[in-house]
Amino acid sequence: MTKIKCALIGSGNIGTDLIYKLRRSEYLEPVWMVGIDPASEGLKRAAAMGLKTTAEGVDGLLPHVLADHIQIAFDATSAYVHPENSAKLTALGVMMIDLTPAAIGPLCVPPVNLKQHTAKLEMNVNMISCAGQATIPMVAAVSRVQSVDYAEIVATLASKSIGPGTRANLDEFTYTTSDALVRVGGARRGKALAVINPAEPPMIMRNTVYCLTDDAPDEAKITESVLAMISDVQKYVPGYKLVNGPVFDGNRVAIFLEVAGLGDYLPTYAGNLDIMTAAATRTAEMFAEELLNGTLKLPQPQESLA
Amino acid sequence: MSFESLKGRKILVHDMCLRDGMHAKREQISLAQMVKVATALDHAGVPMIQVTHGAGLGGNSIQHGFAPHTNEAYISAVAEAVTHTKISVLLIPGLGTMKELQSAHECGARSVHVATHCTEADTAQQHIAYGRKLGMDTSGFLMMAHLNSPEGLAAQARLMESYGAQTIFVTDSAGYMLPDDVHARVSALRAVLKPETEIGFHGHHNMGMGIANSLTAIAAGASRIDASVAGLGAGAGNTPLEVFVAVCERLGIETGCALFPLMDIAEEIILPMMDHMVRINREALTLGYAGVYSTFLLHAKRAEARYGVPARDILVELGRKKMIGGQEDMIEDTALTMAKERGIKVSHAA
Repeated sequence: MTKIKCALIGSGNIGTDLIYKLRRSEYLEPVWMVGIDPASEGLKRAAAMGLKTTAEGVDGLLPHVLADHIQIAFDATSAYVHPENSAKLTALGVMMIDLTPAAIGPLCVPPVNLKQHTAKLEMNVNMISCAGQATIPMVAAVSRVQSVDYAEIVATLASKSIGPGTRANLDEFTYTTSDALVRVGGARRGKALAVINPAEPPMIMRNTVYCLTDDAPDEAKITESVLAMISDVQKYVPGYKLVNGPVFDGNRVAIFLEVAGLGDYLPTYAGNLDIMTAAATRTAEMFAEELLNGTLKLPQPQESLA
Repeated sequence: MSFESLKGRKILVHDMCLRDGMHAKREQISLAQMVKVATALDHAGVPMIQVTHGAGLGGNSIQHGFAPHTNEAYISAVAEAVTHTKISVLLIPGLGTMKELQSAHECGARSVHVATHCTEADTAQQHIAYGRKLGMDTSGFLMMAHLNSPEGLAAQARLMESYGAQTIFVTDSAGYMLPDDVHARVSALRAVLKPETEIGFHGHHNMGMGIANSLTAIAAGASRIDASVAGLGAGAGNTPLEVFVAVCERLGIETGCALFPLMDIAEEIILPMMDHMVRINREALTLGYAGVYSTFLLHAKRAEARYGVPARDILVELGRKKMIGGQEDMIEDTALTMAKERGIKVSHAA
């Protein structure tokens, strides 16, 4: 069966884990890995896994986009370089899945709003952050039952699972995730907290979701909604698990989650890596399926830039 | 160890009542109390005081509790009241952001502790650089320092120094360290940091070591000491400032603070503010003994009241699971799991 050919930009933890995810996909095929350092381990790994590589950034990929039929690109670089990467590639008719906190396109959490994005042709969708992917489904599960004034999430990540990009840009992570609790989760106000824990052996990603409801929470309905959403997320992240809750204290709803990864590139503790790459893959697959069956068509590349 | 050789050393004493003390007050210090304490400390010659929510900038949250006022309101009110004392703030990346640092600076904060767990200094790069850009006296603050080796801690200190930090704090958040632990870590930092980079020590009194550890830090090269009048702070409190100043006077260490007024502030202002006696009680001693983050104390007591699992058991389990500062959510989670395991019926739990 024909697959949609993909490019991965950024050869760090996320880019490398995506190779594994895409290779298992029925609809997607990883073809190019783009880096900026010829000596990087990530590029060597990608080459060893059979991908074409360039160390010249996105500019090194552009001449090959049309010849190699690249239709979807995943950007796992940084919020600072993503806008330029996106502009160059979408001009060539390539759809962007943005895994940086740049968030220039609409925010996507697959079980919450992916269908809205595939219904219209979005050329750039943003995956928010690992914490956003892990917690927004829960905020949405509460807010679809009754209005949520304030959502707060605490994501604790194993130190070994956090790459230098995230470490150097924690504020961007905080802003993007906080914003998405409102825009996608449906709360009126949102706040995201991140903690990095260096314990050995590394701890599995934990997430706590607090919602303050406007009126007294309907405990039965919220519990039912949360459990249903957990199983929706488990369809693409099998290690997504409710540890405790929902517990209710006045208008406060608390949900305690654990996210174990599949152990593709990093071991299972790195659920944060997995939920991000799995969500990005699922998003790309939804678009790919529609591209393959013809319900969605990407724009023709602009000749002047090709 | 002899401290005689410290005679004549000049030390910057930094009061923590109005930040770490917020933890002990469940974040409920009023604006009027803040102004009263700050004014008194200013008159007593304390050169620097920290003013924010207990968890610092961005601290107002379900996770860390809501103070009755914003950090901006507290900082502005104190800044208007003091004449000599410099105001500092705490910023923990992942919780506080540069936007909040900017507004704290606009309100009058002139110094910042940028705090990370003792192995995660590289999450503080942008915040330390921004503190310097604002012209603030900028410190790197390595929390739970007992959980890193002296060499490991020194490497983290070097990173913070490379980002622009002018002082690096060895922070005994759990009140776990004994004088030898402090000596090893401060010496390791002194050996690798530039001569102009200062070293600070922030103690908690959970094992009764606040004063001894602070003196040891000075002997090993530290020149800034975080302390708190009457010890108002998380756990069994911080190094009690008035006691530390008294000891310094006896040893000839110069702090510039006036001892008797500090004793009066402790007795007449801080003590009446305490909701509970900040002392080495059973749970606070457990923190120090097991190496657990001091702020967890009151959260664990609340979980005990709600879920029927003794706070000491929860704290020991948190220590075993290697939970660090900021993971207050895991206190309720751990209590829920322990209650399930012990067959305690928890109402409202699914």
